[in-house]
Amino acid sequence: MMSSNSANNLLDEALGFNDDGGGGGGGLLLLIEDRVETSGAFILHHLIKRRISSPNRPNDVVVFLSFAHPFSHYDRILRKMGCNLGVQKENKRFVYYDMLNLNYPEGEQGAEDLLLSVYGKIQKTVELCSSREGYKNSTIMIDDISLMEVALCGSSNLVLDFLHYCYSLATQFDCLVIILNHEDVYSTVDVPSPLLQMEYLANIVIKAEPLATGLATDVHGQLTVLNKGICQGSGCSKSKIRNFHFRVKENCVEYFYPGSRT
Amino acid sequence: MAANKPRTSSFSRNVGVVPTSQVPGLKHGPNGTVFLSSGIADLDKILGGGFCLGSLVIIMEDPDAPHHMLLLRNFMSQGLVHKQPLFYASPAKEPRGFLGTLPNPVSLKDDKSREHDTEQEKTLRIAWQYKKYFEDQNLDSQKDGKVEYCSDFDLRRPLDRHALSGQCIDCVSLQDCPNLATLYDRCSTFLAQIPRFDGNITLAGRISIQSFSAPQCHFSDKEWDMLSFIRSLKSLVRSSNAVAVMTFPPTLVSPTVLKRWQHLADTLLSVRALGSDEDKDLAKLLTGYQDMLGLLNVHKVARINTQVPVILEATTYSMKLHKRRSLVLECLNQAPVDGSSGTSYATSGSCSVSSKTGAFDF
Repeated sequence: MMSSNSANNLLDEALGFNDDGGGGGGGLLLLIEDRVETSGAFILHHLIKRRISSPNRPNDVVVFLSFAHPFSHYDRILRKMGCNLGVQKENKRFVYYDMLNLNYPEGEQGAEDLLLSVYGKIQKTVELCSSREGYKNSTIMIDDISLMEVALCGSSNLVLDFLHYCYSLATQFDCLVIILNHEDVYSTVDVPSPLLQMEYLANIVIKAEPLATGLATDVHGQLTVLNKGICQGSGCSKSKIRNFHFRVKENCVEYFYPGSRT
Repeated sequence: MAANKPRTSSFSRNVGVVPTSQVPGLKHGPNGTVFLSSGIADLDKILGGGFCLGSLVIIMEDPDAPHHMLLLRNFMSQGLVHKQPLFYASPAKEPRGFLGTLPNPVSLKDDKSREHDTEQEKTLRIAWQYKKYFEDQNLDSQKDGKVEYCSDFDLRRPLDRHALSGQCIDCVSLQDCPNLATLYDRCSTFLAQIPRFDGNITLAGRISIQSFSAPQCHFSDKEWDMLSFIRSLKSLVRSSNAVAVMTFPPTLVSPTVLKRWQHLADTLLSVRALGSDEDKDLAKLLTGYQDMLGLLNVHKVARINTQVPVILEATTYSMKLHKRRSLVLECLNQAPVDGSSGTSYATSGSCSVSSKTGAFDF
């Protein structure tokens, strides 16, 4: 399969994902941070494709909570990358929850109930999936968690609670939780606590930033990947930082070290 | 060969595309998007065809100058020309007064000279293989009796009264809205009358909300409510055949909320007037400074159904009046300098422009 041949790019390497299209298994939280100038959504697309199109794990699901774009948007993008989301949705491997019209109910209690019902759905899906044969791990994705905050009228505590719930579900069922957030939204707040808490919780943080010299046609920005590493049997826990440039194309993304392109 | 079978492969032919000219005022873009003209030919060109149907355009106003109104007026006037349903909300007590300020489209006869000039220049500069595409476009735009995709508007002449009669125009005063839920309801009832997307678009709507966070509005201090409204409006517009353009004074919202607004925008523009004392040094740097009304900055271009960002040649454009009547946008033309020209807008502009010296033809 072409995807696994070309899959070993700098991003996958930095994430520590292996060749079978998965990797980064149990109880991991991956946080993507982007800015107004440089969207990080393409990393989500890449990860959807990796998690779904792997032939080695036919029973794993991707649960996708969408606050930012309708299904048709993702379907079109992934189709260009060689992955048919419509079919995967029918096969119940891609479970899409449309949160675009999620409206905040009046009062704290209402918002909590709402989140609980959303969580309930995710939990059910993951539990059902984990009971199948050959299950390795599932993925829970939230595109734009800052919009979840908006939907809940700014109660970031509820959002963090929700994340904690998802995270514990992830540890229980060996899931990977992937969330997208915007870094610059918090940069001017005196106490950027929600973002700091998410960064603390995350095992891998990917930052998408524009180049200091502005945008160019052949370099769309740079990624900084902080992989905190997992404490393995030997007790060594090493975090490593990688930094490289990227260029987004319709069907793939090119990653390269600064200066390695002429 | 597999056209009748349910789609199983990821590659499928794009069949059933409606020809461009079927619906006046709409144009098919890449990735299954449909464009609608902004009413300014140059802005359409910069954005790759116009505003995407289903997108939210946010314009950051200059707090001291009404340049955003130029964009709004052309946008709405273009809608009138194409007989599209319009929705306009502003903090004014009498929002209908805005309709009296809309510019009148220039008749085709006067228009031809300019159109011809620019096309001629283009054909000279473009490789011969591509010539045929431009000829096609020429034919399209010059067909008599047919409405053009983007008209040329005479800013000095207000619209004829009779042009407004029989059109569907909804005007709302933001002052009269006790809360944002009412405004949202007005928007959704407006959008409900436009048939939903079903592969064949027949009609597109235009929503304009002017100075959304102005202090006259009752909700101007409720930042989360406003954010929530924008988010709901965005998803509402996304699922219907309409474009929403919203302007707001960025100085009136807190910096962190401002960033959230910018993230919510599909297309993000800002306008800025020229002429204050700070701009004195700009006058020395830029040619044609005297003719400039102001600067337009393109911060973000809508990215619907695609992950590839649109990288523009330049992000700062000067707003000028062509023959003292129609609005044109031009790249800044400046001598190569070190780029430290003081204000933030100008520096970002000079970065992208100076790297392309000589590419502009004026």
